[in-house]
Amino acid sequence: MAAPSTRSTRPDDRKYTESHEWVKVDGENVLIGITDFAINELCNGNEGDLVYCDLPEVGRALDQGETFGEIESVKAVSDLYTPIAGEVVEINAAIEDHLEILSKDPWNQGWLVKIRPNSKDSPKMMDAQAYEKFLAEKKH
Amino acid sequence: MKNTPLQSRHVRHGARLVEFGGWQMPVQYGPILEEVTRVRTHAGLFDLSHMGRVRVTGKDRVAYLDRLLTNHVAKIAAGSIRYALFCRADGMPIDDLLVYPGEGEVFLVVNASNTDVDLAWMREHETGFDVVIQDQTDELAMIAVQGPKSREITEHVVKGIDLAKLGYYKFAFGTVCGIPNVRVSRTGYTGELGYELYVPTQTAGRVWDEVLTAGAMHEIAPIGLGARDTLRLEAGMPLYGHEIDATHDPIQAGLEFGISFAPEKGDWIGRSALEAIRAKPTRRLVGLKTDGPRAPRQGYEVVVGGKSVGHVVSGSVSPTCNTNIGTAYVPVALGEPGTAAEIDVKGKRQQATFCALPFFSRTRK
Repeated sequence: MAAPSTRSTRPDDRKYTESHEWVKVDGENVLIGITDFAINELCNGNEGDLVYCDLPEVGRALDQGETFGEIESVKAVSDLYTPIAGEVVEINAAIEDHLEILSKDPWNQGWLVKIRPNSKDSPKMMDAQAYEKFLAEKKH
Repeated sequence: MKNTPLQSRHVRHGARLVEFGGWQMPVQYGPILEEVTRVRTHAGLFDLSHMGRVRVTGKDRVAYLDRLLTNHVAKIAAGSIRYALFCRADGMPIDDLLVYPGEGEVFLVVNASNTDVDLAWMREHETGFDVVIQDQTDELAMIAVQGPKSREITEHVVKGIDLAKLGYYKFAFGTVCGIPNVRVSRTGYTGELGYELYVPTQTAGRVWDEVLTAGAMHEIAPIGLGARDTLRLEAGMPLYGHEIDATHDPIQAGLEFGISFAPEKGDWIGRSALEAIRAKPTRRLVGLKTDGPRAPRQGYEVVVGGKSVGHVVSGSVSPTCNTNIGTAYVPVALGEPGTAAEIDVKGKRQQATFCALPFFSRTRK
């Protein structure tokens, strides 16, 4: 058994939501992706079970909490939510043809959309440690 | 939540376990599509111990079941199995099941999620009949071996039954892994050659292990409920809660082979309602194929000529058909195979084509 660690195994350079998105500041913009937990829920570590990822048009205005896309596995479809209101300035089009990127590198190459936030204030989200605590409590 | 007697093995095989019909069940051990392909090309082993198993005895058992079930129980030949449904008076299904009439008993296999409702329905209607209804779900485990190699594998563990002579939807009792008097049926929910074994709960682990050992040379592997759902959909088999439920009757679902309107069967619950639907069906169940990226999913609208005409009830990626498949209800006149349609995926339209069911079957050859 591994020794318990107080150090987070998830990157601490970003914030996390209870619906398992991550948000990372990227200059004036933010990058949004989904966590390893979300991907594992969808495909149980079997990247071949991910079949489709639907991302928004560039230029689309999104409200906080709005669905910006969907990710589909063999057995389930999950909505993708943005915790930040803003305009889509870029999407990671490589994902649509290479879903395996999500399971290989959800934190860097696996970003989904880049958004220009409407406001400088960001809603309250969890840091990596709080997110892991949230996941640990979810299991019980 | 209940565990099957094979729970510890599922954990050991690395299964992802989910709640299904009140049971903790393996949804997959590995990639779902690889599990589907393994059953189509080699063999798969399934724990189906969550399915409800009910034994009916007493001298009125056949008359009683002919009153409750859609199929003609009195006409089922010895050693044969038939598909049937429990329907309410309005013809809407409570559940679908397999019926095994035997010596002094009729054995029923029902859906896990409906077992309690079925038992309550059966007890509600037993007045006036000399019957005893016994829930055997906890005393028997149910293990299926499915796939083109299933006969060679099952022959290793079954004695006293010539499996090559056991026809589709037939059953017999034999010795399985040294356990006498085990019900073995040539049935399944995959469209493949396959067998289902009903063994005493305390022997389930041993039978599971011996089948895996016997099947190793044929590349057998445990298969989860995720793949099972895709296999049954490819085989055009209905699933309660999708093709049939309280708002989807069995006539329009194309299940008339499990319904008898023979005068000798007498009146049965749901008969007149189903006769009326049969005389004037308004919609039909069709197969859907779509080359687009999205799999059809339950609830998606089906569009023909720009108009919404029906809804999807099941869907999956199909590795066997190498496309995305589904089933949908559409008006009778619009459901001809080959008809061009669209599915509405949350506002985005995707091309689809209606086709006949099943998408795949080896059992019907």
